Amino acid sequence: MKNFDYVRAGSVAEAVAAHGAGAAYLASGTNLLDLMKGGITRPERLVDISRVSGLDAVETLPDGAVRIGALVRNATLAHDPAFAKSYPAVAEALLSGASAQLRNAATTAGNVLQRTRCQYFYDTASACNKRDPGAGCEALGGATRTHAVLGWSEHCIATHPSDFCVPLAALDAIVEIEGPAGRRAIPLADFHRLPGDTPERETELAPGELIVAVRLPPDAKKFAAHSRYLKVRERTSYAFALVSAAVGLTLDGDRIGQARIALGSVALKPWRAREAESLLADQVPSPALFAKAADAALAGATPSGDNAAKIELARRIVVRALTLAQAGTPARIPALPASPFAAAPSGARP
Amino acid sequence: MTERMRHGASIGQPLTRRDGPAKVTGAARYSADFHPGGMLHAVMAVSAIARGRVTHLDVAAAKAHPGVVDVMSPENAPALAKSPDEKDNPFAFRLDLLQNGNVRYANQPIAVVIAETLEAATEGAALLNPRYEAETPSVELGGETIFTPDSVGAGSPTQEGSGDIEAGFASAGTRMEATYETAAQYHNALEPHTSVAQWDGDRLTLHTPTQALWIAKGRLAGLFGIPQENIHIVSHYLGGGFGSKGFISSPQILGIMAAKLVGRPVKLVTRREQMFGSVGHRAATRQTLKLGAKADGTLTALDHHTLTLTSRHDDFVEACGLIARHLYASEAIATTHAVSRADIGTPIFMRAPGEASGSVAVESALDELALQLDMDPLELRLKNYAEVEPITHRPFSSKALRECYAQGAERFGWSKRPRQPRQMRDENGLRVGWGMGTATYPAGMMQGEARATIRADGTALVETAAQDMGQGAWTVLAQIAADGIGLDGDRVELRIGDSDLPNGGLAGGSTGTATSGSAVHAATQGALAALEDLAVNDRASPLYGAGNAGTVAEGGRLARRDDPTRSESFSDILARAGKDSVEAKGTGAGDPASRKTYAMHAHGAVYAEVKVDPDLGQIRVTRLVGAFAAGRIVNPRLVRSQYYGGMIWGVSLALHEHAVLDTRSGRVMNPNLAEYHVPVNADVPSLEAILVEEHDPHVNPLGIKGVGEIGITGTAGAIANAVWHATGTRVRDFPITLDKLLG
Repeated sequence: MKNFDYVRAGSVAEAVAAHGAGAAYLASGTNLLDLMKGGITRPERLVDISRVSGLDAVETLPDGAVRIGALVRNATLAHDPAFAKSYPAVAEALLSGASAQLRNAATTAGNVLQRTRCQYFYDTASACNKRDPGAGCEALGGATRTHAVLGWSEHCIATHPSDFCVPLAALDAIVEIEGPAGRRAIPLADFHRLPGDTPERETELAPGELIVAVRLPPDAKKFAAHSRYLKVRERTSYAFALVSAAVGLTLDGDRIGQARIALGSVALKPWRAREAESLLADQVPSPALFAKAADAALAGATPSGDNAAKIELARRIVVRALTLAQAGTPARIPALPASPFAAAPSGARP
Repeated sequence: MTERMRHGASIGQPLTRRDGPAKVTGAARYSADFHPGGMLHAVMAVSAIARGRVTHLDVAAAKAHPGVVDVMSPENAPALAKSPDEKDNPFAFRLDLLQNGNVRYANQPIAVVIAETLEAATEGAALLNPRYEAETPSVELGGETIFTPDSVGAGSPTQEGSGDIEAGFASAGTRMEATYETAAQYHNALEPHTSVAQWDGDRLTLHTPTQALWIAKGRLAGLFGIPQENIHIVSHYLGGGFGSKGFISSPQILGIMAAKLVGRPVKLVTRREQMFGSVGHRAATRQTLKLGAKADGTLTALDHHTLTLTSRHDDFVEACGLIARHLYASEAIATTHAVSRADIGTPIFMRAPGEASGSVAVESALDELALQLDMDPLELRLKNYAEVEPITHRPFSSKALRECYAQGAERFGWSKRPRQPRQMRDENGLRVGWGMGTATYPAGMMQGEARATIRADGTALVETAAQDMGQGAWTVLAQIAADGIGLDGDRVELRIGDSDLPNGGLAGGSTGTATSGSAVHAATQGALAALEDLAVNDRASPLYGAGNAGTVAEGGRLARRDDPTRSESFSDILARAGKDSVEAKGTGAGDPASRKTYAMHAHGAVYAEVKVDPDLGQIRVTRLVGAFAAGRIVNPRLVRSQYYGGMIWGVSLALHEHAVLDTRSGRVMNPNLAEYHVPVNADVPSLEAILVEEHDPHVNPLGIKGVGEIGITGTAGAIANAVWHATGTRVRDFPITLDKLLG
């Protein structure tokens, strides 16, 4: 691989100062090292933030929000009992991703920043506007079973592969950032960009900016009793989602109070379905209502190739996730997290 | 479960792997673990295009990179004594050894960068930045002229059948016709193709994983123009082979050429994505099955036509039709093959070549016929049970398939299966389906030799250039040797995996244990005979004069067959004769007369349960029960492990595995283990393999049939049939992915 400089930062300020043109932050490297070995990204310098102190805590803030440090491992977070109780869909999403070994290494910020799994992005012999702006998108017209059905453009039809980000988007998570220009925060739902004509710009991060934490707002807990993450994939473990859905409901008597819905692996960002959410608010839940909400969530969907099945699949997973969420969050995370093969809570299934 | 396969002191015992401790402690050294002094690292550059030629490589940029020692390209590649395109036997597959700039398939090697470090070589390869004159590739099945090949598989006839197929269909009350497609698959052994090559003048030492040491030695001798004795290949352990290491591949030879070019030892390890091209694959197929049957299920016609594809530059044809020649009785049988060329790497033998893809089509078709006839699928198979081999009418050397059907069905609970689909749900509302299929694979033999030495210290040494690719040769050959000599296993030293040893045949085609095991057995008998000669002719021996009665060996002693109290230890016999040891060679090969008289196959029955989500189409195999009969079982633990492995490959063929091809570029778009899906633990919840007793007096003196491949056959069809039973949807395009069930 290409030779690079390696700098180990001891603090956020040191990390930001060490960053520069051609640099990349390195935490666990579960995605970055693969990309470097494949020649997909070729940084001049790695700024290793894995030893920066103060980024590995899960803390409750005075206002009730929860702040997850950028370096908190996916496994640590998922297995934190207090966290999993308050945000079960987030824990379920984390445990449905990758493998145990990867979850032990992968970090909160790294997961948010993971790159697409588009095979044409990974194949350096193929043209890709993300890798080489202006080169074209060779995925168009190619092998596209898994590509985007929402928010894509003729410049890029890739998807964002994260499980974790889907419930984060649904729960209005905030991304805390520190960079050369100081600190700021961006809603996670606005953090990832749709491709438009600049698919090489994947997030709102400015050069040198570093995610230092992800925050879940105080009211995100209110969905705890009725929330699920569900993932359809082509094998039972260690596979990226074909489509996934995170759902949270509050129930007020026999009516839904508020609803939150986000879809995964359908677009270049976790896809928040706000229209579907408003359709559900203050309504009596029913299969017909859930179907209507699913239709609304996928209203703008169009195949970007040979992937029309994903639209139907996404509709169905929304209905299923709503049905399961209504029935109630399982007391413990199932042995096969986010899988339709996990035992459902009683009453959730016909 | 009690082990009922007890045959000898060692044969039949469920011993753990002799190489197990070395493997789990890391002491076992695989090819890439060898690092001769002064060794350099080589990395291949491979072609991005599938057809055309390389017009430019930026060799200067690569050489300028710190650490790069040299770049091997068609400009400077060492001359070979023989063209790598010369086919002096049908299994000398054409190789891509930088003989020119032509590109015949994507991922073909086009240059090799040799450097002081792996990182420098990798970067050097990236800096070559090749330019091409590209032509439009054709990679699709039937995309070009379809023709009838000269032979299929390992030299089998393209067409074979019996009876009048038209008359068979004419007399059929029920007919079915369906076309099934299987996807291209790549072997993807965990260990990539690797060479650590060291030249000393015209002598070569090579650490490389191979399933056939002597075949590799012969090929290399021809290519490099040196005597076979000058080549020493070490291949003690393989991290899987599955056919892709049966014949030495281009990357392995490029490592040897690189070492010759730079005059230093070189290690070349194929990158995972580079394994999707020059090291073989299982070609895609489109198979049409036409069946005719009487109302009682008796088959009157079985017509199996296969269309597959092969490379533009070589011939290997997936022999899907073979299975229909051996498995079911039918008044008339027709099996035919056709092929079209494509700009792909040459397909090659891949675990159960022919039979795996053929079985899934045949077993699916029989299930579809059973539905039309309103018959139980097992009953239909029993109705057409072949008492003799169809077509040849030879008796089977042994065939306990009926027992396999019965024991598997009993264990699985098949009798409770509702005939109609969509009848079963689990407590969570998931649809449940049950399916079955017949497993079969030929009990072939190659030719092999072994040498056995009985030593004065009461131990024995047994040597053969057999290969252990994980199947357990280190263990089972020692078991066979121990029983053959009459010693405890821990007093037998086994040497395998080294080309300086006698030719142990090929670890492939389910022939490895039968062949090298027979050779080992014969060698031990020869060594004992030599020992007996010393004793029975020695007046001082208690065995003197036992020549007519004969002797038996047990516990390190020879005893008179007719009077076990008269015995003498091996050590005493040798000591008195003033010898350090006696040795003998033995041969293992099929007996031509028996093989002409009898049809020889292993058989089995596989029962599958799947669950399918009714809305999302997601499929999960929840239970697999296989019952297999394969002659004498040398080691039930390892045999079961082989069956499990095969059955998991069946799950893979049915539900997961496929190379995603971009037909415009001819490139495989999922060349990594994250996207090229094979089942993981969570996909295989419950596996059971029943070892059905079978005694075969004809197949070889030990009565051994191979077990490495049969597990795939039957399994994939059983799963496809279970998916139908769960959903009522018949998917004929494999793998069965969930989008095909959404409807």
